[in-house]
Amino acid sequence: MSLPADIAANPKLSTWFALEADGRVVFRTGKVELGQGAVTAIAALAAAELTIQPEALTVVAGDTRSGPDEGLTASSLSIEQGGAAARHAAGVLRERLAEAAARRLGVPVAALHLADGRFSVSGQNLSLGFSDLAGDLDMEADMRRLPVPEPVSDWAQAVPLRRRDLPARLSGPAFVHDLVRHDMRHGRVLRPPHPGAVLEAADRAALAALPGVDTVVIDGGFVGIVAADEYTADRAASAGERHLRWRLARRLPPCEPDQAWLEDVAPHLVETLLDEADAGVSLSAPDLAATFARPFIAHAAIAPSCAVAEWQDNRLTVWAHSQGPFLLAGALARALDLPEEAVAVVHSPGAGAYGHNGADDVALDAALLARAAGAPVMVRWSRRDEMVWAPRGPAMRIRLAAKLDHETGRIAAWSSEVFSPPHLGRPQRGLAAPGVDLLAAWSRARPVPPAPPRSLPGPGTGDRNAIPGYAVGARRIRHHLLPQGTLRTSALRALGAHANVFAIEGFMDELAALAGADPLEFRLRHLDDDRGRGILEIAAGAAGWDGRPAGGDGHGMGIGYARYKNTGAWCAVVAEVVVETEVRLIRLVAAVDCGAVVHRDGALNQIEGGVLQAASWTLLESLSWDADGVIGTGWDSYPVLGFAKVPAVDVHLAHRPASAPLGAGECATGPTTAAIANAAAAALGVRLRRLPLTPSGLRAAIDEI
Amino acid sequence: MTPRPPIPLALQVNGRWISVTVAQGTPLLAALRAAGLTGTRFGCGEGHCGVCTVLVNGRPVASCTLATEQVGSAEITTIEGLGSADVAGPVQSAFLDHQAAQCGYCINGIIVALTGLLARRPRPDRAEILAWLDERHICRCGAHLRILRAVDALLAGDASPAAGMAGPGQ
Ligand code: FES
Ligand code: FES
Repeated sequence: MSLPADIAANPKLSTWFALEADGRVVFRTGKVELGQGAVTAIAALAAAELTIQPEALTVVAGDTRSGPDEGLTASSLSIEQGGAAARHAAGVLRERLAEAAARRLGVPVAALHLADGRFSVSGQNLSLGFSDLAGDLDMEADMRRLPVPEPVSDWAQAVPLRRRDLPARLSGPAFVHDLVRHDMRHGRVLRPPHPGAVLEAADRAALAALPGVDTVVIDGGFVGIVAADEYTADRAASAGERHLRWRLARRLPPCEPDQAWLEDVAPHLVETLLDEADAGVSLSAPDLAATFARPFIAHAAIAPSCAVAEWQDNRLTVWAHSQGPFLLAGALARALDLPEEAVAVVHSPGAGAYGHNGADDVALDAALLARAAGAPVMVRWSRRDEMVWAPRGPAMRIRLAAKLDHETGRIAAWSSEVFSPPHLGRPQRGLAAPGVDLLAAWSRARPVPPAPPRSLPGPGTGDRNAIPGYAVGARRIRHHLLPQGTLRTSALRALGAHANVFAIEGFMDELAALAGADPLEFRLRHLDDDRGRGILEIAAGAAGWDGRPAGGDGHGMGIGYARYKNTGAWCAVVAEVVVETEVRLIRLVAAVDCGAVVHRDGALNQIEGGVLQAASWTLLESLSWDADGVIGTGWDSYPVLGFAKVPAVDVHLAHRPASAPLGAGECATGPTTAAIANAAAAALGVRLRRLPLTPSGLRAAIDEI
Repeated sequence: MTPRPPIPLALQVNGRWISVTVAQGTPLLAALRAAGLTGTRFGCGEGHCGVCTVLVNGRPVASCTLATEQVGSAEITTIEGLGSADVAGPVQSAFLDHQAAQCGYCINGIIVALTGLLARRPRPDRAEILAWLDERHICRCGAHLRILRAVDALLAGDASPAAGMAGPGQ
């Protein structure tokens, strides 16, 4: 086992663990709890290496004041990275404790027996607990210089785990929204109603005269008010709107399901991911070409973004539900011209995060208003702020073409052209150019613009899963990374993998039809990857693929498959639908191979959630606006999957205790959407290449033939 | 706009009288949260999402669209009246048994609504509960399957929903 990257970056043992005098073992992780159960699983891994119960650990997650910097809790890497680091640090602690115990007991380490957090020697009555040994340990030890500990526990945890955070969440205060600081006040930012609008004038005196308003901030185009309580602040914010004048500076793109406008935008860069010999020649006359598209998709978190900020002698503390507390702290320092060490970010839970939502932005809002108010301030966005101002998952357009070898029935050449605005607009490290990815920073009197878009090294954004996981002959794959537009975009669950998998899997069905092959058999024909084949077979078997309806009569089954990021978890989904005026889900069968499963119920929960959220995107979701560019802001204008439309869902997990764990939260989105679209296409006898599959979307697809 | 002075009101919450001083029109949700009962949450403020649900005389109601002064002497039950992190009430227990949550932000409203619906009749009707949840509650995380498993366990009598519930309706 080598040194985990998060340990190399945070090498001191004391960053991860503290042994308190009262016997408590404090464990700190840089990963945060977003509702996915990650912290429960990571703490359990640490506890197992210490031979203690998970409940015996006091856990601190995502606190820049004391814990390790583990970057983001994202990309399905929480367990893989955060778990590996926790196991390592716990192993080092255990071995240091063992050395100390051996010294005290006057025996070699090998003679010690460790169980339930106590060291003993057989035949002796003496035993020592961790707290007895606390004083003997050098917690400042550098783990890079210590031997790599041999794990004493398995990745796959034997005990069923219950989420440690749930009892509090299901009974009382648990979220940043519920935080109370002494003398805390409530702030609201008055943002324009249109994402392309800029402030022209604000009547400061009128805002200050609003009932209950005690502080007004007008800093360029950033306008905020502060009041004593939430309701007074809400009322003042809506009454204050008429004291502001906006001007439309930038228009929104056309709101059309084919997303053809994306091809008219001058790209920020065009990346050639693959251009294999012969691809050009074979594809000059493809046998099949099709274009797929998905719309902008909102996070639409159940709770508005919220943060609390408190200043003390030019030092700032922020409680935020950010996915990256350290990255946020850095961005806040840059935005506020503070040294990094003057900013602390403490993770405090928010509603489910499926990517980069408004959590970071609202933190700067709170910091600016708290500084002006001279008191701690909580800022809570409105639903309109969420829909208009939070970053959203980008619209994408994907042009595919392929050549079939008619003799072998195999694909001989494949090309993908992926057009996508950025999927990364969050505070980042190591920026190529300076910038601050926090909304308020851009409109202040002294604006700091966002950093220019960049792609992660390797398939990371719009190009995530752009390369098919199948053996498809000569490949030409290009990613047209577009600049940020009026509709700000950033990470949403699975990033570009969602649309790419939807497109590839739809196209595989079309090619299978052209080759006269069964969709499942056609996929297996092109799949060399044993674990991928295995997971496809599990899903197909569990769904009874052989006995599926013939299709074309309103009842269909469809399949979707991908290995997430081509390096992560394998997932296959089979959908069964009935299509009348709308697509009705009958059942979804998902099979996932995510390696060793640390927290089985947590993995199932993530997969179920991923499947249902993707079903919601597929059937219902598309951010829309009218001719004036006004975005619908309520749940009535952005419906999501409700209880009555939830189908039966079966999730099958492959058993791989000996493999490394892989995240499970994102792998199902693309396969689920693809399976539903393929099932609906089978039911209708019409290809469906544009999302969402609303009644009007279905009608448009039928009209096109 | 001339501000109307805040008015003192007495509310009967979880079997106790509490006094709140609120501006006229203040939603019950804001009054409850200001009184420290923050287990009732703000989601949309528009009556669409259900996260702010409380029981008013045993009936589930969105507290974000109900003016505090209209509550009068009705009995209000919030999530705090149903159990705590240490001692979970029966509906909470069913949710914990089925780990029926992801972020959990939507769940308190659903637990409160279910408590009201399950207590309304001797034999609550699954279809009615499903329709109620569909119309009034949103779960963005996709925890629906687990929530419905908890509902089914409660309907099957694996836990007794009425026992230990504070407030009216039993
Ligand atoms: S907050 Fe009351 S229904 Fe959404
Ligand atoms: S659990 Fe997050 S919204 Fe339902």
